[in-house]
Amino acid sequence: MGILEGKKLLITGVLMDSSIAFHVAKIAQQEGATVVLTSFGRTMKITQTIAKRLPETPVVIELDVSDQEHLDTLADRLREHVDGLDGVLHSIGFAPQGAFNFLEGTWEDVSTAVQISAYSLKSLAVACLPLMSGGGSVVGLTFDAKFAWPVYDWMGVAKAAFESTNRYLARDLGPKDVRCNLVAAGPIRTTAAKSIPGFEQFEKIWDDRAPLGWDVNDPEPAAKACAALLSDWFPATTGEIVHVDGGVHAMGQ
Amino acid sequence: MAQSEQEILDGLAEIVNEETGIDTASVEMDKSFTEDLDIDSLSMMTIVVNAEEKFGVRIPDSEVKNLKTVRDAVTFISGAQA
Repeated sequence: MGILEGKKLLITGVLMDSSIAFHVAKIAQQEGATVVLTSFGRTMKITQTIAKRLPETPVVIELDVSDQEHLDTLADRLREHVDGLDGVLHSIGFAPQGAFNFLEGTWEDVSTAVQISAYSLKSLAVACLPLMSGGGSVVGLTFDAKFAWPVYDWMGVAKAAFESTNRYLARDLGPKDVRCNLVAAGPIRTTAAKSIPGFEQFEKIWDDRAPLGWDVNDPEPAAKACAALLSDWFPATTGEIVHVDGGVHAMGQ
Repeated sequence: MAQSEQEILDGLAEIVNEETGIDTASVEMDKSFTEDLDIDSLSMMTIVVNAEEKFGVRIPDSEVKNLKTVRDAVTFISGAQA
């Protein structure tokens, strides 16, 4: 029996089959879960095509986390496909190109990055709450925001807000038996990563510093950690950040 | 099963037409996806994913940036099918 047998999961952020979320969906299905995906706007068609590459083709529903109507109707639209949710994967982030220049980034750039990449964790969790009456697990993906990285700039600040959002969500959803945790993955060459100018600088850092080594082309270690956090195997863990980075976070210079 | 370059071109033109509305006859070998056909990066991703399905090939992300013209795409797909 798989660790997610009988679980019903909402998985955001499946764009290409290189997406971390694609691998979470794949592992979740292999471990026995029923999966519903979200996508939005022009990316819907891509997600629907890529969804066919999963072991079972899941339903794809539309969700733009900056659209209040989408959020308000999410639970009802999900009920057409599942009678409840046991877990949600937040794999959503966006920053305008201007946000990747720390000293020049405008508030417009920064506020967009914070809304889509951090505030959306709260929006998504609250939108799904009506379906998690029996408790559940919310899992998100971060890039360790304790440090100032090359090129990441205001996206790094947004990730710091995201990590803090996770802790406050853990506080407020704990009494409802909903756990909230993040996976801090090392750099992975996804579509999202390729939109970051100078992404290859991260690859060099991981090549030099990861005691376990690190493969930027392998999203599976991060996906496995997400699946584990979505399962019943972390029943007393919330507000946590699990590092899946080959050990880089624990090393000195 | 390997297809002729003309068959790949015809199939690709259908995909481009479905995504962008561009007339299939305008999808010619020497046209550039971005400059001549005005296809943006998101549409290009959609076209690539659909081409993978239609032609039974994988087009690695690292390869997509090299597919500047329709001919580049047809040649890549033809080679990948061989």
